[in-house]
Amino acid sequence: MKIKISSLKALYGISFPMMIEQRAEIVSNQPVTRYTWLMGLRSLEIAGEAKPGQFVMLRVGDGLDPLLRRPFSICGTRDDVFLILYRVVGKGTALMTRLAERAEISVLGPLGRGFGLSEEGVLPVLLGGGIGVAPLFFLAQELTGRDLRFLMGFPTAAEIITTEHLGLAPLSVSVSTDDGSRGFGGFVTDLFKGDLEAYSSKAESLAVFACGPKPMLKAAAAMTMGRGISCQVSLEANMACGLGACQGCAVPADREQERAYFHVCQDGPVFPAEAIDWSGI
Amino acid sequence: MRNFSAPDLHVKIGPLELKNPVMTASGTFGYGREYAPLVDLNKLGAIVVKGLSLKPRAGNPPPRIVETPCGMLNAIGLANIGIETFLEEKLPELRGLDTHVIVNIYGHHIDEYGELAAALKGVEGVSAIEVNISCPNVEQGGMAFGIDPAMSAKVTESVLDRTDKPVIVKLSPNVTDIRVIARAVEEAGAHALSLINTLTGMVIDVETRTPMLANMTGGLSGPAIRPIAVHMVYQVAQTVKIPVIGIGGIMDWRDAMEFLIAGARAVQVGTANFINPRATLDIVEGLRRFCVEKDIDRIGDVTGSLVTNKKL
Repeated sequence: MKIKISSLKALYGISFPMMIEQRAEIVSNQPVTRYTWLMGLRSLEIAGEAKPGQFVMLRVGDGLDPLLRRPFSICGTRDDVFLILYRVVGKGTALMTRLAERAEISVLGPLGRGFGLSEEGVLPVLLGGGIGVAPLFFLAQELTGRDLRFLMGFPTAAEIITTEHLGLAPLSVSVSTDDGSRGFGGFVTDLFKGDLEAYSSKAESLAVFACGPKPMLKAAAAMTMGRGISCQVSLEANMACGLGACQGCAVPADREQERAYFHVCQDGPVFPAEAIDWSGI
Repeated sequence: MRNFSAPDLHVKIGPLELKNPVMTASGTFGYGREYAPLVDLNKLGAIVVKGLSLKPRAGNPPPRIVETPCGMLNAIGLANIGIETFLEEKLPELRGLDTHVIVNIYGHHIDEYGELAAALKGVEGVSAIEVNISCPNVEQGGMAFGIDPAMSAKVTESVLDRTDKPVIVKLSPNVTDIRVIARAVEEAGAHALSLINTLTGMVIDVETRTPMLANMTGGLSGPAIRPIAVHMVYQVAQTVKIPVIGIGGIMDWRDAMEFLIAGARAVQVGTANFINPRATLDIVEGLRRFCVEKDIDRIGDVTGSLVTNKKL
């Protein structure tokens, strides 16, 4: 059951984020690389409302172990279906691989604040590390028709995730692998250095959108902040509720901010790089 | 004769009358509005808001939570906006609701509890005060009060001295005998007791040999702790005359019913909100259906109805 947001506004005099909790049908659930799976879930409301960078909380099963919902970035939408990429890292994600098509699981979303889209005339640079590419695929989908740079880094060639895997329109991307087995050999942030040099005279015209492991985000923040380049990072954290109630997903805020911690679920998951205290990450 | 009318779900917690026995537990439901898009707040027995201190608190460094088998460990550290901001920014929204708002308070010192009570004195829209003497995740105060009967009584008195509202004291399970604390708080004049707060626990990452929480230890909640909570509620309900509110791992109406049978007058639902945002309302509906099926006229009749002389 859904409560009308308009009536809430009348009741409280303030607006609320659109979110719903419902059972959604799994329309697809397949491995795309050795450790990474793609799941499609049918929800007209979530697929219709979600913005790039937002996430959903999934309940993996009806049992009590694992207990908590799991947060996943939305990596794209197709009509009334939204897609999530997940890496099999623990009990919850292992159970997810066993979920059959047509099964229904509880989804809560769309949650959080997504990427702020940059104005025309700015070149978006999407910087993804590993499974962190997930929300950037959705962002690229949203930016269709615009010039953009999409840089992705993976540990090795076998772990590369492509738009083809997702069934999305092809994109021109630059790939790095840590072991040099495909594309640029090194980290994606090293690959980004090349872009920075190429655009050195007009660095302010770049807008970076980054998601990946914390050291990668830290490096991306350090590379952009001193140069006047806007950089938005999508963070992750252990999370229980996903909507600002439990305050479990704290991330340290920069000294200039009014508060000591942000909450990834509500204030993020996307933050301007300068809002974060990177020494605490 | 079968009663076809709707069962009466009202319960009384001291002077406070609730439309049903299901409340939200402090710290698991924010200030209410976080769940407003998903839950009709007017249908709740009461909302117990996130614990408030005199001054805002930033809380503990992350990681603050970790999942455990059938539970979770948290060390939020009572992060909150402070009583002043609550009264200015959050309470006005809550006043429009057709439910009771119970304010959970926490102080570093006994005096602070009294000051918090004074700040809430006569405040419209606040139905009762819940006194947190049982938070395991802060250095000063909190559980330090709740594990000592004399201190528990002093905190209770200092709140009662400065308020005109019903006072509920929330007890810690991290004690040798919870009945001793319960009795001390009752004698100090509390209107009701709520229990249990979380159990202190620890999880270690075996790869790095470091604690999973930055605070090292945290409070365990969720269905894993429910049997302990049911037992403690039973013990306390046998000991005191004031109403007992049962808390601890309630996920559905059956769990809630266990607490009522053990002696609780009402229940609070905590961790379940994170898993099923509508858990509270599902529980209210489940209790209602159960009463209809079992011919129970008033939910209050279930309280303390444990059958102990069952012959097989």
